Amino acid sequence: MAEIVAGIGISHVPALTPFLASQEPLDPAERVSGAQAFFEAGEWLREQKPDVVIAVYNDHGAEMSFALVPTFVIGAAEEYPPADEGGGVDPTIPTFPGDPDLSWHIIDRVIPEGFDLTVAQQMSVDHGLWTPMRALFGAKPAEWPVRVVPIAVNVVQQPTPSARRCYELGQAIGRALQSYPDGTRIAVVGTGGMSHQLQGPRAGHINEEFDRGFLSKIVHSPEELADLTNAEYIHFAGSEGAELVMWLVMRGIMNPDVDEVLSGYHVPVSSTGAGVVAMTNR
Amino acid sequence: MSESERIGFSDIPGTLVFDGRRSRQGLALNLMSAALNSEAERESFRADEEAFMERFRLTEDQRAAVRTRDWKRMLELGGNVYFLVKIAVADGRNVPEVVAAMTGQTVEEYIDMMRAGGRNPNG
Repeated sequence: MAEIVAGIGISHVPALTPFLASQEPLDPAERVSGAQAFFEAGEWLREQKPDVVIAVYNDHGAEMSFALVPTFVIGAAEEYPPADEGGGVDPTIPTFPGDPDLSWHIIDRVIPEGFDLTVAQQMSVDHGLWTPMRALFGAKPAEWPVRVVPIAVNVVQQPTPSARRCYELGQAIGRALQSYPDGTRIAVVGTGGMSHQLQGPRAGHINEEFDRGFLSKIVHSPEELADLTNAEYIHFAGSEGAELVMWLVMRGIMNPDVDEVLSGYHVPVSSTGAGVVAMTNR
Repeated sequence: MSESERIGFSDIPGTLVFDGRRSRQGLALNLMSAALNSEAERESFRADEEAFMERFRLTEDQRAAVRTRDWKRMLELGGNVYFLVKIAVADGRNVPEVVAAMTGQTVEEYIDMMRAGGRNPNG
C-alpha cells in the first residue's frame, strides 16, 4: 500500500521565490516573521523522502484559457514542461517527471466513483505548481527529486467547484491510494492563497485574521472550511484568494485525524498573504 | 447561519466576480491575451497591435481600452486579471502597475499599502 508521508498547504504566488531567496542567506533569527516556516517545511518534507508529489494547483491562462475550462484536470503524462506564461520559459526550472502509473490508478478508481476528472496526457504547468515545488525542493534544482501528479482545479471562472466538492475529491483520491500496490511514498501539496485580490477597487485586500484561522482549521476542523460557499471565500479571502479551496483537496486525501508539524504566515509577499502548513496522518 | 443570511456574489464590495457573463463578454480580449504566451505572438503584438486586435475580433470598446492600457476598463469589459497581466508583461510592465491602476492608486501608494499589511478587510 502506498504511504502518505506528508500533507502540505502552501501559497504559490510567484513572488514567493524571490522572497525566500532574499531570506535564505540570513540566520533563522534574522528572517522576517513567518519566513522560517517555509524553510522548515521544505527541510521536513525532504526528510520524509517522498517518491511522488500530488500537487493541487490552478492554471493561470498558461496551458488553458477560457476556450476550454475543465473543472478538475489530472495529469497522466510522462513529464510536464514548464509553460511560457507570457514572459518566456524560465530555463532554471527543469521539466517535472510524471508518474502515469499512479495517475491512472487514481483515474481508474475516482471517475467510476463519480468524480468526472479530465485526463491530460500532454500538459505544461505554470507557477501555480512550480512556485511551491521551488519553495520546498529548491529554486533552481538540476532536476526534481520527486515525480509529480498534477491536479489542476478551475478556481478562476465561476462557478468554481465548491470547497465541499474539493474536500470530497480529496477523500476519493485518498481511498484510491489505499489500494495502490507498492510502497510508494506520497506527499500531497495543496497550493494557492492565502488572502489576496488583484482586481477591482478592493484590490490589495488582505485578511490576516481569516488566513490565520484557515491555517489552524485546515488541520483541526476542515469540515468548517468545507462548509463555506464560493461567495464566502471571495468575500473573506479575496477574488484570487478564493483559490484556497485547493487546500481542501489535499486535506481530503489526508486522514480525518492529522498532527500539525508546523505552520507560518507572512504579509505581504507581493499582494498576497503567504502561508504554509505541514501535517502528518495520525 | 440560514441560507438567506449568507453572503452572495453581489454582497462582496469592490469586486468584479468573474462569472459566465463576464467570461462571455471578455472572451475575445482574454483569448488575445492568452496568445501572448508565445514569443512569436508577442512579437506580432508589438509589431502591429491593431492587426493583432483585429485578428482576435476585439470589440471597439476593448480595442480602445487596450490602446490606452486602461486596465480598469479592460477588467470592466470582461478581461480577467491573470490574462490582462500578459499584455502588461509583453509591454515590459510589472503586475503591481496593473493592480494599482484598478484601485485608482498610484503604483507607489499601492505598494506602500501592501507593505503596511494590505487593504484592511473592514475598509
